[in-house]
Amino acid sequence: MFYREAGQFKTSYSADQALLPIKQDRIGLALILVTAFVLIPMFGTSFFLSSIMIPFLVFALAAVGLNILTGFAGQLSLGTGAFMGVGAYSCYKLTTYFPDVNIIILIMASGIFSALIGVVFGLPSLRIKGLYLAITTLAAQFFLEWCFNRIGWLYNDNPSGAIEVPQRLLFGVPITGPEAIPEVRYLVILTIVAVMTLLAANVLRGRIGRSWMMIRDMDIAAELMGIRPLRAKLSAFAFSSYYCGVAGALMVFCWIGSAEVETFDINHSFLILFMVIIGGLGSLTGCFMGAAFIWVLPVLIRSVPSALGIDMLAATTEHINNIVIGCLIIFFLIVEPHGLARLWQIGKEKLRNWPYPYAN
Amino acid sequence: MEFLNSIFIAPFIDMGSAPDFLLQVVWEGFVSGVLYALIALGFVLIYKASGVFNFAQGIMVVFSALALVSIHKAGAPAWLAVILTLVIMALLAVTIERVVLRKLVNQHDAILLMATIGLTLVIKGVGELVFGGEPQSMITEELGIPTGSTVWEVFDGIVIFQHIDIAAAVIALLMVAGLGVFFSVTRIGRALRAVADDHQAALSVGISLNQIWAIVWFASGVVALVTGIMWGARSDVSFALEIIALKALAVLILGGFTSIPGAIVGGLIVGIGEKLFEVYWGPLFGGGVEAWFAYVLALIFLLFRPQGLFGERIIERV
Amino acid sequence: MTASIAKADQVGAEPASLLLDANNVSLSFGGVKAITDISFDIHKGEIRALIGPNGAGKTSMLNVINGFYHPQEGTITYKGKVRRRMKPYQAASSGIARTFQNVALFKGMSTLDNVMSGRSLKMRKGLFWQMLHVGPARAEEIANRKKVEEIIDFLEIAHIRKQPVGKLPYGLQKRVELGRAMAMEPELLLLDEPMAGMNLEEKEDMSRFIIDLNKEFGTTIALIEHDMGVVMDLADRVVVLDYGKKIADGTPAVVQADQAVIDAYLGVAH
Repeated sequence: MFYREAGQFKTSYSADQALLPIKQDRIGLALILVTAFVLIPMFGTSFFLSSIMIPFLVFALAAVGLNILTGFAGQLSLGTGAFMGVGAYSCYKLTTYFPDVNIIILIMASGIFSALIGVVFGLPSLRIKGLYLAITTLAAQFFLEWCFNRIGWLYNDNPSGAIEVPQRLLFGVPITGPEAIPEVRYLVILTIVAVMTLLAANVLRGRIGRSWMMIRDMDIAAELMGIRPLRAKLSAFAFSSYYCGVAGALMVFCWIGSAEVETFDINHSFLILFMVIIGGLGSLTGCFMGAAFIWVLPVLIRSVPSALGIDMLAATTEHINNIVIGCLIIFFLIVEPHGLARLWQIGKEKLRNWPYPYAN
Repeated sequence: MEFLNSIFIAPFIDMGSAPDFLLQVVWEGFVSGVLYALIALGFVLIYKASGVFNFAQGIMVVFSALALVSIHKAGAPAWLAVILTLVIMALLAVTIERVVLRKLVNQHDAILLMATIGLTLVIKGVGELVFGGEPQSMITEELGIPTGSTVWEVFDGIVIFQHIDIAAAVIALLMVAGLGVFFSVTRIGRALRAVADDHQAALSVGISLNQIWAIVWFASGVVALVTGIMWGARSDVSFALEIIALKALAVLILGGFTSIPGAIVGGLIVGIGEKLFEVYWGPLFGGGVEAWFAYVLALIFLLFRPQGLFGERIIERV
Repeated sequence: MTASIAKADQVGAEPASLLLDANNVSLSFGGVKAITDISFDIHKGEIRALIGPNGAGKTSMLNVINGFYHPQEGTITYKGKVRRRMKPYQAASSGIARTFQNVALFKGMSTLDNVMSGRSLKMRKGLFWQMLHVGPARAEEIANRKKVEEIIDFLEIAHIRKQPVGKLPYGLQKRVELGRAMAMEPELLLLDEPMAGMNLEEKEDMSRFIIDLNKEFGTTIALIEHDMGVVMDLADRVVVLDYGKKIADGTPAVVQADQAVIDAYLGVAH
């Protein structure tokens, strides 16, 4: 009823190619941005910000990274955790060497290192396809994990083997370290995630994004259209790993404050993969939906027993959480392999035609 | 020079100077290789029959072993516990076929893989919920698996063979032989090979895909139980095993996804290779290289032979 | 498309110049001979047909021409240059486009994006501008969109512009695939059974597009087709393959009367 594009005529190709060609979508996004930038920091509790919103944004960014590689370029990766780790550890080293440089610049720069590592482990993708590629990314995962563990230089030979985030200021306000308040950290992450998502959306609708999708859908045909497979795949690996790297750096610097090798283990990689699957392969909106789902659902599951007055062990809720997420993954693959994002789209489609169910 | 020496020459001198130790290392590697091969075998069975890359094989090993131990703890004698566990694995196979596979026929490989990842989570959650997340010790003696060890004096030294390890190797061998006979002689085996060759053609001559799938999932459940018993006998049964089971992926890359001999040879290569590498080259890197050796080996191998050791050459068609 | 239109003026000029020359090409896969010692040429501006029974090596020949397979023996001379080992993307940038026997569209993308993908080589703006999507990248995108819209109009597929191609009927998919190849503005267009599985009306449409493409834009076309009526009407010259060997070459009338061709199609008592 309210969601109609009737009467919205496009008179130029640039209007037709806009990210959100429908007016209602633009209004919706504006509302979301206002909520995110103004209402949430104003009214959100400290717990809500630091335990729900900040992790959600960090995971969403990592999911965007993985989705670019797996959903848009079709290269399955099980090494997201390790690539995030590369970002986190490089950011840590950068703060050690350049203590006076603005931390935001260092966080953005740390992504470059994970992009480079991503390219190295992406090289075999020219010869290795599909499931076989999973082994390459597993090699990356375990090899990098080992590096985080064994190379003392990476964590400044800290006897605990962990990296601890120093305090850094932005405009005189602490944004990393224990002193930083959740509101500030939240706004920093939100800004970075919003800008990076916009940039990703732009790349994905242009020539480069199209070349990734061509490789994904039919690599042979893509090559016959003049796409160089190696260049397309490596650029996807680099771009995707950059996003994962920045997400890793943000995760450590603006969320958990310290990290050790277990932070970025294989389970972490799987967590991001689940977000992408449930959210929807090949959809940026889906990354946010998936991240929200996988991160918020456990919070809900944890709160259900106490709300019902049942005394349940933390471990038990964790197991139930596993079962629920596993079932949901299977459910989504059976019912809608394109995830939450597609359900959302179908819903919008229905709304557009309402009350005529079959109009098109 | 010093560096090259320490990589290319020194380790071999070490090997030559203590051949008994080398033999011990190779034997240890061989046994873990057998276990990798068993996990890989479970993968291969399912992959051959349904084209599904079963990520859940590792967790099925843990699950079956835990089920066995827990049922025994609940008071059942060992033989009954084995039978009940087999019943559970059969139920699991049928459920998976009914609830998951049947709904996902003709879907893309990657989607099926992801479905089995979801399955992994479910099995893991159920396993932890029912059997608890704590590591348990395997009921080795109750099952009549020999313990103790034999010492072999050779090369002026000794090599110790754990009886459990010998039993593992023998049982693995028997099981592979048994599966081989089953697939080549029985009617179900023939149907299974037909399905592996061409799903649609098999359907058109009246083979029930659903039935075959349930059977292979059960077969790999049996393989999982055997693997779980053997693995549990050497160390505890715990969910940590799930990560180690990922190494079977590397084994499959070496051996090819569809080859049973490939799974065995690949398993042994990975098992022996990683032990040798850890012992003789590991100190150069600071140890712990077992964690990634298998994957890196598989990766390097893939670059030269993408189809695996025994796989057929892939010719791309347009 | 101005360059190719300029060339269109020369169409029919005598003698037609050589665009592609295959010389004694042989190709085998692990002992199985797909192509044995085939030589033929393609002239600028003509419609050249490859015919022959199933398994005669027609598709393999196209694969050799656009660099997907590399022949063990023989040479391909394209635009006066001998190319022995050429990657498919190099073939694309030297002006060879192609459609496939089993439609090879990008299934996850819309009709518009599929045709746009044919413009990949015409777009150059780097990552920086792509990320911002302003200025040069946007101008380039819109300029190419205009070209693509011309092709969409030409092929009469404007109504399915925004639809995902995976769900389109087969005939339309074939048309989108032709559009994608056209978007590359190729000098040589290889069509692998462009009318397979179509009804009469769809075949007539497709024939019209092929003729227009050849006559208006001057695109040289090499096509594989099983419908003899279509081949005889469209083709300027026909080459006939059987069991990987060339058995006849010439104008449709000559080929039709050739005894070897009749034997290959109808069978012969040995």
